[in-house]
Amino acid sequence: MMVTRKVKTASILQIFLKYFILIFFAFWTILPLVSCIITSLKNTEEYQSTSVMVLPKLLYFKNFLEAFTLAGMGRAFLNSFVVLVFVLSGSILISSQLAYILNRFKFPGNTLIRRLFLFATLLPGVAMQVSVYSIMGKLGLINHLYGYIIMMMGTDVISIYIFIQFMENISVSLDESAVIDGASYFKIYWNIILPLLKPATVTSLILKGVSCYNEYYCANLYLQDVKIRTVAISLYTFTGPLGNKYNLICAGVIISMIPAFIVFILCQKQIYSGITSGAVKG
Amino acid sequence: MNIRKINLRYSKWVIILAFITLPLFLLFTFTYLPFGEMVTYSFYKMKYIGERTFVGLKNYKDLFTRDDIFNSLKLSLYYMGGSVVQLVLALLLATLLSFKTKLGNLFKGILFFPFLINGIAIGFIFKFFFTHGFVFDTVLSWVGFPVESLPYWLKTQGLNNVSLVGTSVWRYLGQNMVLFIGAIMSVDSELYEAAELDGASKVQQFFHIILPSIKTIVTLNIILSITGSLSAFEPPFVITKGANGTGTYFIIMDQVAHTSQKVGLASAMAVFLLLIIFVVTIIQKLVLKYAFRNADTGSGKGDIL
Repeated sequence: MMVTRKVKTASILQIFLKYFILIFFAFWTILPLVSCIITSLKNTEEYQSTSVMVLPKLLYFKNFLEAFTLAGMGRAFLNSFVVLVFVLSGSILISSQLAYILNRFKFPGNTLIRRLFLFATLLPGVAMQVSVYSIMGKLGLINHLYGYIIMMMGTDVISIYIFIQFMENISVSLDESAVIDGASYFKIYWNIILPLLKPATVTSLILKGVSCYNEYYCANLYLQDVKIRTVAISLYTFTGPLGNKYNLICAGVIISMIPAFIVFILCQKQIYSGITSGAVKG
Repeated sequence: MNIRKINLRYSKWVIILAFITLPLFLLFTFTYLPFGEMVTYSFYKMKYIGERTFVGLKNYKDLFTRDDIFNSLKLSLYYMGGSVVQLVLALLLATLLSFKTKLGNLFKGILFFPFLINGIAIGFIFKFFFTHGFVFDTVLSWVGFPVESLPYWLKTQGLNNVSLVGTSVWRYLGQNMVLFIGAIMSVDSELYEAAELDGASKVQQFFHIILPSIKTIVTLNIILSITGSLSAFEPPFVITKGANGTGTYFIIMDQVAHTSQKVGLASAMAVFLLLIIFVVTIIQKLVLKYAFRNADTGSGKGDIL
């Protein structure tokens, strides 16, 4: 039994075990990424002649350039950037406005609208693409960047949820005194509510931004044209005849991860709190 | 004063209409309209373009008689197994990290980062990782397994699914862990201090304080993993393309809809997935109700939407 053992040895053992476990899992988490970095720095000859875990003799950065041009990533980054700007600003405005209405006004239909949005979370987004695809076709939205942007804006219940939750803690007396001062409801939303929602906006921007940047399935369905490919699709170019050139592939993979990595380094805290608050809903 | 009141009422409705029209329009166009269409499609034999014929419940019968679909349902058991392993590991790591740890934030960050990588990149990384004689085999050879004795991780039937599930655990473990750390942190720290004073060991603290207070979120995650298991997509899509019995429900659905254009059958698959999600949600609601009655977890805010 633990009790009979001397406390000190037990706790040293515990500490050893704890760090052993942490290092073990951190090792397996990092390993695939490290091997990818190693490989991306070898030229083709060295890649073919050495084992994958042997460090490169000299760093060969040309792979990054080659992968970047081969997959048309310049264009893809531009497209992803455009998509992000519009989807994020659009969905932040739309969902904060809806949250404002649902939280601040009593009117017949308020509960119904909440229920409609809540029910929508249950519908499996990607599975629904079977029929969304035919609607997008009828609306002429396939193969246009704006079509994809509109579709991506329309499906964001999590942000609405985060905003409503946040707004419950913003005192109504702020609105009331503004009304007495003669401010219009739009002014109240724009000058009082929206600025106060900033922490929630940041959280929702980061989470939505990362998932939008990483989104592959719908992008691939609706953005077939080479000119309008996003980063996630452009990466898929490497499956074809390039399938064995892992030094190039790894370079491409790393390039595609850089934006997410930067966001992660800068906004760790917000990401963690976003994960935790988004999960309450389940 | 009266005129002002009327004005307010009027502008109230203006702002309501101005702010809800667009979201409702988008919700209708991209959620409810396709939902209705999908249910309708599921009773037809049809392609995206051209004639359609009513076939009744035939598509639903096909779900269980077509081998590829039925196999993909069985396959999701692998993923469910994987998510149980994932939850246990996430719980373990979260518990370790919620006590004072040197470099705790670094460990947390490392373990979490895979969640932010796009699925296609993960696919490539692990295709490379598991290829015979590559990363995984090399590391195993360091600890004494000769490469020749190792199996083909992505080709051997059965084993390939374990490899793919491993990939998915790698991807989501950190996210689960962060979730659990959040839940553990919300436990009143006085409880630990009191337990410490009473001489409770860390293991005892885990079973008597941590686990009871986060059991709701753990149960929710177990239930959620059922739908997650059916929706696994990108990594198998890149790594094996669904070959050798690795086609998950989603991959098969995608093939049925967009490669062979059996839109009716694909719709039936989607509707079936939806039914599973309904059942899971009802179970989840019951669990929540049960949990709220028995434990004082959560803020008890309930349905905000």
